[in-house]
Amino acid sequence: MKNTSIAIALLACTTFAHGADIEMRIEIPALDVAEYHRPYVAAWLETDEGQFVANLSIWYDQKLRNNEGERWLKDMRQWWRKSGRTTQVPVEGITGATRPVGTHTLTYSTQASPFSELSPGQYQLRVEAAREVGGREMVTVPFPWPHTGTVRFTQSGDSELGTVQLIITP
Amino acid sequence: MKTPLLRLSGLITLALSFTLPLNANAHRAWILPAATVLSSENAWVTVDAAISNDIFHTDYHAMDLSGIKVFNPKGEEVAMQNPSKGRYRSVFDVELTDNGTYKIASASQGAFAIWEENGERKRWRGALQDLGQAVPKKAKKVQLTETHRRLETFVTNGAPTTEVLAITQKGLELAPHTHPNDLFATETARFQLLIDGKPAAGAEVEVIPGGMRYRDAQNAIHTTADKEGYIHITWPQAGMYWLSASYEDNKAKTRHANRRASYTATFEVLPL
Repeated sequence: MKNTSIAIALLACTTFAHGADIEMRIEIPALDVAEYHRPYVAAWLETDEGQFVANLSIWYDQKLRNNEGERWLKDMRQWWRKSGRTTQVPVEGITGATRPVGTHTLTYSTQASPFSELSPGQYQLRVEAAREVGGREMVTVPFPWPHTGTVRFTQSGDSELGTVQLIITP
Repeated sequence: MKTPLLRLSGLITLALSFTLPLNANAHRAWILPAATVLSSENAWVTVDAAISNDIFHTDYHAMDLSGIKVFNPKGEEVAMQNPSKGRYRSVFDVELTDNGTYKIASASQGAFAIWEENGERKRWRGALQDLGQAVPKKAKKVQLTETHRRLETFVTNGAPTTEVLAITQKGLELAPHTHPNDLFATETARFQLLIDGKPAAGAEVEVIPGGMRYRDAQNAIHTTADKEGYIHITWPQAGMYWLSASYEDNKAKTRHANRRASYTATFEVLPL
């Protein structure tokens, strides 16, 4: 039984190495608060001049009745301005449920959109989090594109976000 | 018994609505939405309307809601919901059934005349279209004035739209080159002031952040519209702002009359 799971893990690793050579890691910090709700989180790509490029991942409460959860999308106010207000949610492959405390790894491929469509230049990964009865924070991770060899770009938040990492292994 | 009293209170309201915005030192009229950027399918926003010295601090006079209209993103008038008038403020809700920008506005025109007749000083106040016939031919030292006032604010559900921002070419208006629901602290907004549809060069503008009660100074930003009627406002910090513009010249439609116009708006500025 144990062996099987290792084998599956190895297989997953192999698949990963071929299909997904970009990792985005977002840490949701544990907070000592009386009333805790999972944050809404938006991750997207911009040029270094702030021009919106593409959404990577949007986490919000999709389970509430009558799409009530959409009501707080605007609280990720920079994302709302850059993309949210002109984006019809849900978006397949982009939007998803809110996530618990911990580090969440999402994988992308240099061979697939949006990364395959990036022209050479300076970009930034933006990650914005907003929490009900809590705060709001945005972390910016600048990175040049494209890359040869493995590189890791890391920035940290102070309150609503922990470490945000972009790891490129082309 | 009831009728004269009602008529009197109506007259006071009328007088108030004419004098208040034209006198920069007097009480200020304002319409304050609780929020201007919304993201739900069935969005509602609650709105206060009042007249007071401190911007957005309700301690003086509720605004009469009969003059306030709500326009949907297509520019069609829609009904306000749950209107009520308290002692110090009036309140109503706007249901944003459509996506886009809504306008909440109150606009009115009027006129007054002052002249001398047989050595006696005379006054007249009435409708704009009656100004030409208001003063007898033998009157001396005639002063005719057309007055326009406009009070407005904007609320957007989803992406901002511009249809409802179309100007009416009546009185002093704001043509927003920066969308009024896309304002952020430290950024500079560019607006154009128009008088009867033409650039209101030289219009005097005052911008005051809300929350005056909690600081020592008004912190007003003063600016003047340039030749093309443009003004640039750099928002020092996030919050609700009250903008008031006034304009006066002698190019009224009525011959030999002055025109005097005011434009007042509430803008929400979000943090970056």
